Amino acid sequence: MDTINRQGEVWVFAQQTDGKAADVGLELMSKARELADQLGVPMAAVLLGSQVRRLCETLFGHGADKVYLAEHSLLAHYQTNPYARIIVDLARKERPQAMVFGATAMGRDLAPRVASALRCGLTADCTDLEIGDYKDPVNKENYRDILYQIRPAFGGNIIATIVNPRHWPQLATVREGVMRLADPQVGRTGKIVDFPVELKPEDLGLVLRETFKAPKKVNLKAARVIVAGGMGVGSKENFALIYDLANVLGAAVGASRAAVDAGFIDKDHQVGQTGTTVRPVLYIACGISGAVQHRAGMSESNRIVAVNKDPQAPIFGVAHYAIVGDLKKVVPMMVDAVRKRG
Amino acid sequence: MIVLAKQVPDTKAITGKAMNRDGTVNRAALPMVFNPDDLHALEEALRLKERVGGTVTVLTMGLPKACDVLREALYLGADHAVLLTDRRAAASDTLATSYILSCAARFLGPFDVVFCGRQAIDGDTAQVGPQTAEKLGLTQITYVQRIEDVAGAQIVCRRITDEGYEIVAAKLPVLLTVTDTANEVRSPCAKRMMAFKKARAPVEIEAELKSAAGEGAPPPEAALLESRREKLASRGLLIRQINLADIGADLSMCGRDGSPTKVKRIQSIILTASGSKKFDPTPEGVQTLIHELVEDYAIG
Repeated sequence: MDTINRQGEVWVFAQQTDGKAADVGLELMSKARELADQLGVPMAAVLLGSQVRRLCETLFGHGADKVYLAEHSLLAHYQTNPYARIIVDLARKERPQAMVFGATAMGRDLAPRVASALRCGLTADCTDLEIGDYKDPVNKENYRDILYQIRPAFGGNIIATIVNPRHWPQLATVREGVMRLADPQVGRTGKIVDFPVELKPEDLGLVLRETFKAPKKVNLKAARVIVAGGMGVGSKENFALIYDLANVLGAAVGASRAAVDAGFIDKDHQVGQTGTTVRPVLYIACGISGAVQHRAGMSESNRIVAVNKDPQAPIFGVAHYAIVGDLKKVVPMMVDAVRKRG
Repeated sequence: MIVLAKQVPDTKAITGKAMNRDGTVNRAALPMVFNPDDLHALEEALRLKERVGGTVTVLTMGLPKACDVLREALYLGADHAVLLTDRRAAASDTLATSYILSCAARFLGPFDVVFCGRQAIDGDTAQVGPQTAEKLGLTQITYVQRIEDVAGAQIVCRRITDEGYEIVAAKLPVLLTVTDTANEVRSPCAKRMMAFKKARAPVEIEAELKSAAGEGAPPPEAALLESRREKLASRGLLIRQINLADIGADLSMCGRDGSPTKVKRIQSIILTASGSKKFDPTPEGVQTLIHELVEDYAIG
């Protein structure tokens, strides 16, 4: 789709599994609400599934003016082909100006497929969305009120602002936890727009054999205190130091991407743009250099303590408390000090 | 089977040496590597070949330098390596890239499985796989952790989901994106390394002849190039090279013109001086810090 529809709505993909709305969709709705208000257009949720009509109330409560509802028994479990086809058909018909998806396994499977079919741009893992103007440096054309899609790139060492000035809708994915989950407004209502769907089993593409639920063992989002380790920890064995400190503090254990990639600790622990975004009361970063990638996921923590050998480490730029020193010596001292606190 | 591989700057290797004085990253100083997830995709393809037969073709799009990843793929066991290089493909975003790759896959085809890594470490978008699948009209299975079975014209995979994982079956052909937990990548085979370290693409042969002739020398003669090329080809060491015209790509959908996304602004991250409160790395310093955190109700 090449046409720009200034009256187009702002859409959020309302991800649901087994009839439960995913937090990330609701988080995105507060941001989408803001953007839609700024543009003076309605905000709509797009809900697909089987017998999910009752979720509309939740979506209205989180700010949707409309819910586009596509229900079919074959949509009970997420599948790329039918979901993408329905969203593409719906977007061609209603011509929204922007649509955001959670950057979940589902959203990252679905959004590129939709973008490719609509031939429009898509920006992955945005950490912020804004409305602004853009002047094309090549044809000098001015584009007013378009969506700025802001994301770290290049391993988190640069922050890029991406725009899709000509090929609408403007699509983006946003990680879970990046936008704040607002409290729902009880009693807020909106309009349900039914989108009739015709599907045959052969339209699905895949045959689902089995599903397994493996709940995440680590709940970083709910932790009040997080002790996180990075490359500076040095080895899987040395992560015991991080666990020791976490244990005495009753804290959860986090990690930087580098530490996860190095195999020191499981990916469930990863904090950052490609991991979990956290806002604990206290975040203790040990041996983490602090690439933007990581900082994007923890800089809103209430109190940040950084322990690092390198006084130039970027983590000190966001830390409230800094200790320049070897974590292998400092962390045991911290464990001791916490035990002895009066 | 076709494996799509990308050469990427090693964003993990950002050390002091790769930093500019103003605190930004000096990209030119970063080593170029085989995108890690793509290695897992190649490994999965090689394992499938060992189980059920077939051939593995590795395709990369990039500058002539990207032949390094093709040679690496040959060392690991790929049967064929193809370099897609074309100036008009520069500045392609994920949409234009997937369009070009889909044209190239069709050109190289037919195939049963297209393997991609889950995502590349320079952009982390995970978009090119699904977008290429859409352009090829293929069913996609993303986040593949294991190929459970291939029988007849059907493939069964275990894929990661938001809740855990699921087992899905699809009719071939399909496109898979493979995660880094799928397998352990094998070590390159010494014998293959000896054999394929001399593998070159035509563009590399030309560059080598030019540099051998020295600066200011006339460009190498076509006949010389041709004989070098034939010599390599006869020994199975010629890396196939294709461009956008070969694959019949519509140029309006490639490169900058074919890319809906534009970069409005890049802010390099500057390491600002710290405004934080410093404590000494001594028992006393640490105690003072903990005391302050307790006072602050940050810890109970």
